[in-house]
Amino acid sequence: MKILVHLEHDGAGLRQGSLSALSFAREVAKETGGSVQGIVLGAGLDAVAADALRYASVLVADDPALGALVAGTHAQAIAAAVESGGFDVLVGTSTSATKDTLGRAGGLLGGYMASDVVGHEVRDGALFLRRPMFAGSAIATVKLCGGPQVITVRDSSYEPSEPAETPGEITPFEVDAGALPGGVVVTGAPAISGGRPDVTEAQVVVSGGRAWKSSEDFESHVGTLADLFKGAAGSSRALVDSGITPNELQVGQTGKIIAPQLYLALGISGAVQHLAGMRNSKVIAAVNEDKDAPIFQVSNYGIVGDVYEVVPQLIERLKESGA
Amino acid sequence: MKILVPTKRVPDPDQRVRATACGTGLDDSDLYYVPNPFDLIAVEEALVIKERETEEVEIVTVGVGVADYEKELRTTLAMGADRALLVEAQRDLDPWNVASALIKVIEREQPDFVLMGKQAVDDDSNQVGQFLAARLGWPQATFIASLELEGGEARVQRETDSGLESLTVQLPAIITADLRLNEPRYASMPQIMKARRLPIEETTLEELGVSVEPRMELVGFEVPSADRTCRFFESVDELLQTLREEEEVC
Repeated sequence: MKILVHLEHDGAGLRQGSLSALSFAREVAKETGGSVQGIVLGAGLDAVAADALRYASVLVADDPALGALVAGTHAQAIAAAVESGGFDVLVGTSTSATKDTLGRAGGLLGGYMASDVVGHEVRDGALFLRRPMFAGSAIATVKLCGGPQVITVRDSSYEPSEPAETPGEITPFEVDAGALPGGVVVTGAPAISGGRPDVTEAQVVVSGGRAWKSSEDFESHVGTLADLFKGAAGSSRALVDSGITPNELQVGQTGKIIAPQLYLALGISGAVQHLAGMRNSKVIAAVNEDKDAPIFQVSNYGIVGDVYEVVPQLIERLKESGA
Repeated sequence: MKILVPTKRVPDPDQRVRATACGTGLDDSDLYYVPNPFDLIAVEEALVIKERETEEVEIVTVGVGVADYEKELRTTLAMGADRALLVEAQRDLDPWNVASALIKVIEREQPDFVLMGKQAVDDDSNQVGQFLAARLGWPQATFIASLELEGGEARVQRETDSGLESLTVQLPAIITADLRLNEPRYASMPQIMKARRLPIEETTLEELGVSVEPRMELVGFEVPSADRTCRFFESVDELLQTLREEEEVC
């Protein structure tokens, strides 16, 4: 299969997460005897292209009209690249940006699309994809009935690729800027959050749930503990819903899906939709007042107690040991 | 102004799902259905707009699915939608074919914009909104956290992995709702009783001229257990020691 990998970047280099899609592509190309090429889109992409070349040959769509990350323009350029290059598969890592952009590209390319793929198998040259449904309670195996196939993969299921043994080549991809759809203006870029890593990138994620009564309490307990572990702070949907935490901290079915080395669930009851986001963590430890809370069913370790009492003790011990 | 709000019914997310005995699909014999929570956020936002704007606003909800769907559509009428339309389909459709049906409805209803949930919490595909925008050639604003209308434009804030982004989008557009947009209201008992008597317009895929062309085939379905054996500790010292020395994860 001829595979095109959508590579995300921050203007200076590739985003580590998007290398998960490259891993998927390399595996499928190996299993089907195919080829892999990346695509980067934006304006002023010299540094990004140089970084991408370490991993694969890339199509570089470098045009002022693609400077803003707008789904309509980027999807159209990506779809044009898939069609003109005769690619069988377009794949990206499942992020908020690819859900937006590759979703639209999927619509332009006929809708043979599978989201959030967590595993695959090649049988008789056909691609069988495993993807979660019902908040990860179920795993479906699906086959797309035609092509080009558009696929997003979870970064918690595919390890990011290492650089290739031999660097790739750049192929400029010309976009017809005049034909790109308009109607959308970006008036404010996402606010850059504080110094903590993102939940998708941290080895340790300390997460808070409904037990926390305010943003201040969350920050002084969950946030402090996250810093002591040099990890990320996460949140259940309940806290996002009540305005205590921002949405980008949300772990779960409709937030971020993660699999860190350690997930510490503090005052999280363990609703199905939350478990969807963290059940594949290597080690899960939970603190909850209710010994029957569902979170303990998926945890390796637990403490039954009030987070307002237990968490200060954890903070104190970690400070004592100079962690 | 007319706002079209597509809705889907989904098995109540608080239920446990099971696979059929042959392992090829969902055992739907004993499921309780509710409107997709994100679609109710979209309905609520349409109601907020109707209450806020000076011009007349008509809210039309539409469901694509089996005849039983009526109950969930009535919830949108009880909340305050003006009309509800059911497109009967004999079986579950994949996102492409749901979009095909909705495009025919959009052509017929000519809404100023479409407001819908960002994803249905059963198949979790997160595709229909984006497919609609692509196929109609309309601008899209996905995963929104706030919405203001002014002079044929929508100003939105949208959720991204790294925080809120602000967009201005020309209408007509496809707008998909994320969690923080609002908290949907509960319909009162009199509203629910009244909604029971309201008509639901019905049509079929055939009447709309939609030919179903499957994009995805389900070949397997399993419900794996995520359960672990939990070891309980009395003190934080024991927990930290285990995490450090046995698991070596911190």
